[in-house]
Amino acid sequence: MHRFANPNRFLRLAAAIVPWSAAAAVLLFGVGLTYALVLSPPDYQQSETVRIMYVHVPAAWMAMGAYAFLALASAVAIVWRHPLADLAAKACAPIGAGFTAIALVTGALWGQPTWGTWWVWDARLTSVLILLFLYLGYMALWNAFDDQSRGARAAGILALVGVVNLPIIKFSVDWWNTLHQPASITRIGTPAIHPAMLTPLLLMAAAYVAFFVTLLLLRTRAEIAARRVRTLQIAHSRGPAAAAMHEPGYS
Amino acid sequence: MSGLVTILRRDLALASRRGSEASLALMFFVLGTVLFPLGIGPDPNMLARAGAGLLWVMALLASLLSIEKLFQADWEDGSLDLLVLSGLPLAGIVLAKTAAHWLVTSLPMAVASPLLALLLNVDAKGVAALSLALLLGTPTLSLIGAVGAALTVGARRGGVLLTLLVLPLYIPVLIFGAGAAESAVAAQGARAHLLVLAAFLLAALPLCPWAAGAALRQSVE
Repeated sequence: MHRFANPNRFLRLAAAIVPWSAAAAVLLFGVGLTYALVLSPPDYQQSETVRIMYVHVPAAWMAMGAYAFLALASAVAIVWRHPLADLAAKACAPIGAGFTAIALVTGALWGQPTWGTWWVWDARLTSVLILLFLYLGYMALWNAFDDQSRGARAAGILALVGVVNLPIIKFSVDWWNTLHQPASITRIGTPAIHPAMLTPLLLMAAAYVAFFVTLLLLRTRAEIAARRVRTLQIAHSRGPAAAAMHEPGYS
Repeated sequence: MSGLVTILRRDLALASRRGSEASLALMFFVLGTVLFPLGIGPDPNMLARAGAGLLWVMALLASLLSIEKLFQADWEDGSLDLLVLSGLPLAGIVLAKTAAHWLVTSLPMAVASPLLALLLNVDAKGVAALSLALLLGTPTLSLIGAVGAALTVGARRGGVLLTLLVLPLYIPVLIFGAGAAESAVAAQGARAHLLVLAAFLLAALPLCPWAAGAALRQSVE
């Protein structure tokens, strides 16, 4: 793992992966969206509104998956003081928050025609809302300190505390009697969903994963670049300080 | 152990000598609750239905109001550094300070809650469950709040940030706390809710001081 603590090695690896994952995301989104929105059959009860599922469900999966990654990266950063893990966690948070927001918004749009309401205060919806606030709190804590490394470690601890929310989201539909339907893919035995709907759903899930990987690598790369810029600025200003201050492009 | 008792007694002595800060949370709890009948109308049935939830939200906000200062004052005057250097386990220090915070702010609220519940016309069956739920639930609130307070020590706009961090984590306690009185009124018994609150407390007792201790260590590094 410490092999990847070297930013240069990471950058080379990222540069090798990004084109492939980006191409995979575009391809999978193209095929998956066509399959999901045009070719797959309408539901016998929900008719066409069932197509919201193909956007909603993978977004909700990724919202939780991104948080799991965030927590894992934070744990690695705290335990081994792994410098890249911090940056990867920071890069992951806005993406995860985006997925969570997509899941909440599409869920509301789906709830209106099928449940007759935009929002209910049931366990699944509330716990996903908490997840969104955890992401926002994580990002706010990162930026709350003058010393960047302090913000990183404080945010990392918060990420670990917030892990308690993940099993609550996962099992909320089993523990409480809620309006939200229980899991129909990850149950023991065969999935309770017809292959004609399962295939586009899995395609979309794969597309989301490829999209997440691409975005995560790009954002981590940007974080490394930003850190380098800061280090260079500090080194620059410590040199011939007076001259540097008057140089164009110095901020 | 004796060191931790000393910290507890020190915090209690500080609170009793400052006086105003300790009673501030209770005053906020009482006055804030009194505002609701004026704001949403004095209909006894509505107040009876909303009463337990209102009291829980007010207790939660009052607890949050005072938790911000848990480590801030010690951090500002440097005694937090000395506490960390003292060699006592950090989790123990957090536990002692949190216990002091709970004794000073939340215990009076739990004691005062039956009176306020009567003012809000809460059913007599729910009053006992409400007070018990507050007694069991507010220590968890203080423990979660301690994690947030430790994380935001020395942060810019720490108070606002603390609210954003801690309120989402308060939600489960609020749900089961308010549910206890509700199910007692509905003659289902509050036992299940109280047991869940006790479970939250038992989970928070070891985990929160540990997390807050880790946060404190990195705040003084």
